[in-house]
Amino acid sequence: MIKRLYAVVVARNMEFIRDRSTFGWNVVMPLLLIIGFAMIFDGESREVYKVGYYGDRSMTAETMPFFATKYVQFIPMADLQSSIAKVERHQLDLFFDLQTAPVKYWVNSQSSNGYFLEQILLGQSGNRVEKQTVSGVELRYVDWLVPGILAMNIMFSCLFGVGYVIVRYRKNGVLKRLQATPLSAFEFLLAQVISRMTLIIGISIFLFIMCQLLIRFPMHGSYLLLLFVYVLGALSLISLGLVMAARISTEELANGILNFISWPMMLLSGVWFSLEGAQPWVQKIALLFPLTHVTEAARLVMNEGAGLIEVLPQLTWLICMTALFLTISALSFRWDTGN
Amino acid sequence: MSETIIEAQHLFKQYRTGLVAVKDVSFTIAPGICYGLLGPNGAGKTTTIEIMEGIKSPTSGTIFYKGASLGRRFRNEVGILFQSTALQDYLTVRETLKLFQRLYTQALPLEQLIEICNLHDILEQDNQRLSGGQKQRLLLAIALVNNPEIIFLDEPTTGLDPQARQNFWQLIRNIKQEKKTVVLTTHYMEEAAELCDAIAIMDHGKIIAEGSPQRLLSEHFNDVYIRLPRQLLPEQSQSGEIVYTDKGEFVEIATRSMDRTIKDLIELKVPLNDIQIRRGTLEDLFLELTGRDLRQ
Repeated sequence: MIKRLYAVVVARNMEFIRDRSTFGWNVVMPLLLIIGFAMIFDGESREVYKVGYYGDRSMTAETMPFFATKYVQFIPMADLQSSIAKVERHQLDLFFDLQTAPVKYWVNSQSSNGYFLEQILLGQSGNRVEKQTVSGVELRYVDWLVPGILAMNIMFSCLFGVGYVIVRYRKNGVLKRLQATPLSAFEFLLAQVISRMTLIIGISIFLFIMCQLLIRFPMHGSYLLLLFVYVLGALSLISLGLVMAARISTEELANGILNFISWPMMLLSGVWFSLEGAQPWVQKIALLFPLTHVTEAARLVMNEGAGLIEVLPQLTWLICMTALFLTISALSFRWDTGN
Repeated sequence: MSETIIEAQHLFKQYRTGLVAVKDVSFTIAPGICYGLLGPNGAGKTTTIEIMEGIKSPTSGTIFYKGASLGRRFRNEVGILFQSTALQDYLTVRETLKLFQRLYTQALPLEQLIEICNLHDILEQDNQRLSGGQKQRLLLAIALVNNPEIIFLDEPTTGLDPQARQNFWQLIRNIKQEKKTVVLTTHYMEEAAELCDAIAIMDHGKIIAEGSPQRLLSEHFNDVYIRLPRQLLPEQSQSGEIVYTDKGEFVEIATRSMDRTIKDLIELKVPLNDIQIRRGTLEDLFLELTGRDLRQ
């Protein structure tokens, strides 16, 4: 079995690396994307005021008129510590703990947005709030973006590099030829997973190093944990690609389905913008996408220095999704076109 | 050695579209022979051979290989050249052969495969850049990579030029010399006559004739064919004793009594220098059994 797996993995890797246009696109596209965003958003802060709060906002409607201020996005937060960390990184301009009396608020002494919002707050409720100061360098948008872009590149590479390729193999008869050998469907699928995994992790490491050299983004967590997050993410996305490719035999249909899956996933998984202020139903849908969990976990590790325990919920989601997708694809896989 | 290497029993195949491609097909193949499945397009040859290869499942019926159902042993002992197949892009001929070598527990040495299929000149060539004949030679080498006991060749020379076809026939003759069993589908009667020890003619999903080419010809044909330019035959002969088939610029007279027909032609003052005489061929048999209507 090992010899057969090795043979298929080597052949697929050679095919990918020698197809210069595809290989180039997989490496160059995400790099250009990150550099482009770094240039566009260089030195600029987002013009949206963001205020986080912990606790029940409706209880403070009368005592805290600040929460009726226009042009400010108020975001309910689930956790005190991570919210304070967001103030430190300028991801929130102010943060309130509504469960304390008097109400405590956190502001970053190096944030201009925080300063303006604080002046409004003090003018309205100066004697009913208690100031907590934090400091920290702003997390640039591009710093926040890098983990998501790397995850998104993994998604496209996995879905199209596995799903689309298997459909092409089925259509042109490569699968049929392999079916006539002792290679089992399980061995073939496993070889595709290993092949794509080695390639995508290699490319992601290269992209990580290049981005680090070019835009100097912060890396607060463990490199090993980050690698683990991306490996699990790639595994779940490859498995999703295998589900798509299990039975389809036309490239047009495969292309349509893969786009139908990848576009909502790209837009709703928090790669480009945070889902913290989004509608609850959007956040629930986002939980169904593996990309959401990869992006969240990678961001926690890179931007906030999270450890294994902190990213365990995301990793659990990814493991469950991988198991589900692999089972479905193994049960429904078909070598031929069915004609 | 058993007298049957592979046996098809009451094969029946209906596709989801409702098309019944194979209708109660049964036959046995002895080891070491070249068995030809002949038939017009859409006769059910490829479906039958793919059921025998284990690639397609029959709706009903069974295939026995060496007396047992198809299983892992069969996978290791069978070689297949499909009618239409592709190989992975961006691999050279050598790398493709190595890939398939590694898929089997036992494989022929690379040098031997290269020698058998005459691949020396194209070893470092990309699969995508092979000509039709070169690709068929590579696909044959892949079919032989596990030193199979039985080899299925599904229309292996379709689309090849005459030189490439002759070259491919020689490769198949070499394989036959090694006492391997070859199952061949073709719609080239000349190919079947050159290579096959036994044939089955299929039409509309059924076997309509089976046996050695010589036996089938002798069973169906006692006729000898005389071919002559149309203008040599006098007008009055059309309604006379000589019955002929119009072949465009020529006419063809089928006769069981050559002496009598020649005598008739001499009486009609037909010059004999321009006539051609031949016996019935597999093509005549094929057309007689399957009809002359154009098939899709």
